[in-house]
Amino acid sequence: MEGRELRGKAAITGLGITEMGRIYGHDAPHFAAEAVQRAVADAGLRKQDIDGLLVSPGVASVGGMSGVGLQNYLGLANLRLLSSMNVGGATAAIMVQYAALAVIHRMADHVVCVFADAPLREPGRGGGAVYAGMGRSPRPSGMGGLYTVYGVFGVNAHYALAARRHMELYGTTSDQLGAIAVAERAWARLNPLAEHREPMTLDGYRASRWVVEPLRLFDCCLVSNGGVAVIVSRAEEANDLAQPPAYILGMGQGHPGDFRRKGWDVETQTGAPIAKERAFSMAGITLEDIDVVQAYDCYTYTVLVTLEDYGFCKKGEGGPFVEDGRLGPGGSLPTNTGGGQLSAYYMWGMTPLSEGVIQVRGQGGARQVPKHDVVLVTGNGGVLDHHSTLVLGAGV
Amino acid sequence: MTTSAYTLPIPEADAASAPFFEGARRHELMLMRCRACRAWRLPSRPRCPDCWSTDTEWARASGRATLYSWGIMHQKLHPAFAERVPYQFAIVELEEGPRIVSSIVGVPDSALRAGLPLHAVYDDVADDATIVRFAPDSADGPAGA
Repeated sequence: MEGRELRGKAAITGLGITEMGRIYGHDAPHFAAEAVQRAVADAGLRKQDIDGLLVSPGVASVGGMSGVGLQNYLGLANLRLLSSMNVGGATAAIMVQYAALAVIHRMADHVVCVFADAPLREPGRGGGAVYAGMGRSPRPSGMGGLYTVYGVFGVNAHYALAARRHMELYGTTSDQLGAIAVAERAWARLNPLAEHREPMTLDGYRASRWVVEPLRLFDCCLVSNGGVAVIVSRAEEANDLAQPPAYILGMGQGHPGDFRRKGWDVETQTGAPIAKERAFSMAGITLEDIDVVQAYDCYTYTVLVTLEDYGFCKKGEGGPFVEDGRLGPGGSLPTNTGGGQLSAYYMWGMTPLSEGVIQVRGQGGARQVPKHDVVLVTGNGGVLDHHSTLVLGAGV
Repeated sequence: MTTSAYTLPIPEADAASAPFFEGARRHELMLMRCRACRAWRLPSRPRCPDCWSTDTEWARASGRATLYSWGIMHQKLHPAFAERVPYQFAIVELEEGPRIVSSIVGVPDSALRAGLPLHAVYDDVADDATIVRFAPDSADGPAGA
């Protein structure tokens, strides 16, 4: 029972979500500060109660989103904890983990964890260009330059390679990936914060253009401007605050390493099994205890491989597992109930985390899952390089 | 092969990778190998990730490989590649173990399969630059050496 003494000792006590999506004219620190302000108000805390700040910068404003940069922007004096962290989309849950450890062990009392980004610059322009252009060096040199030589640009290309590998090993189909996109869109239609609430059918998915085969446009996450912040506090103080606590029952990380050689199938094996082992042991749960899943969804494929690696189905059976609609509203495994990053908003790991907090509090409105005692939140960074797990509970 | 018409990015060696690119010019596939534990490795870094030895050599690989995964790029993200879309790119697994990004020669999209036997071929795109690609063994015979 590794870590059982930490179970439920910390809680997420505040949540702040800014306007989200195609919101122009603001930089990332603006969104970050707005999210922090909303989270502090949500918790019923005051500015001076915040004594820790963890920052996850996006891609657009790394300098202004340094730890001290945002501290000074917010005028947060005399902090007991401050760092800027980057483990990609795994960072949000990982910030919460370090914050939880800090408050449990009384290094700090109320730690704000915030992500914000503003990569969308102006209407009508390709907002994802900052992501798509990754790997495009003007003069390709060295082994790393080979990606430019062969025209392999952007994150989409790397996840296409991963998805294709899974298809080749296990027979996974484009339609099965599409079932994930369709299920998330069905949830998004119930979420007032979601950017895309128009219906999506499987035919509509099939009609969406190829981005990098085997990934279509609707396999890929959105790119959003905005910010999300959460506050982590000790559980014994959480009950006196304004919101129902989202207790942190379990937490874990998994970083398998990518050694790019025979026998190391990182495209189809994530760090989730490593992260799950400690997180579930700490929480004292099994898969059957999970009511709602918020699985990191930079791509449809990421959801599929994540569900496999938690053991919701066997390795390789993710395609048949998702294709019957079980992830959507009314399904047996409600997953990404806000519409996720595919249909709602792309705030890296803060998207699954924010919806996890909303669900465990019972504040999901039309999309609220009736039984929400235990919510699984996952993060994923790099190209399946980093995995983070949070098990949130409505009670201890 | 004519060289002047090549319009796509041409690779340059850096200090760490010079033997790889010089090998390609000679139509040889060169990889790093640990002298201590004999493990082959890519990318070219001074320390073996297995045994942490810095005793390293460059050695000639067989050029034999299998197709590991591939994608077909439809996005126009680079001016030189814009008129080429959609185009294939691939990760191949070398017989010695390391995987490398490359492109496949002469296989239609519908015939690409993981595990496809391949061998290195050498595309002399400039007087001083050669790009390593991989062709199916069935096309012009299996790799020699």
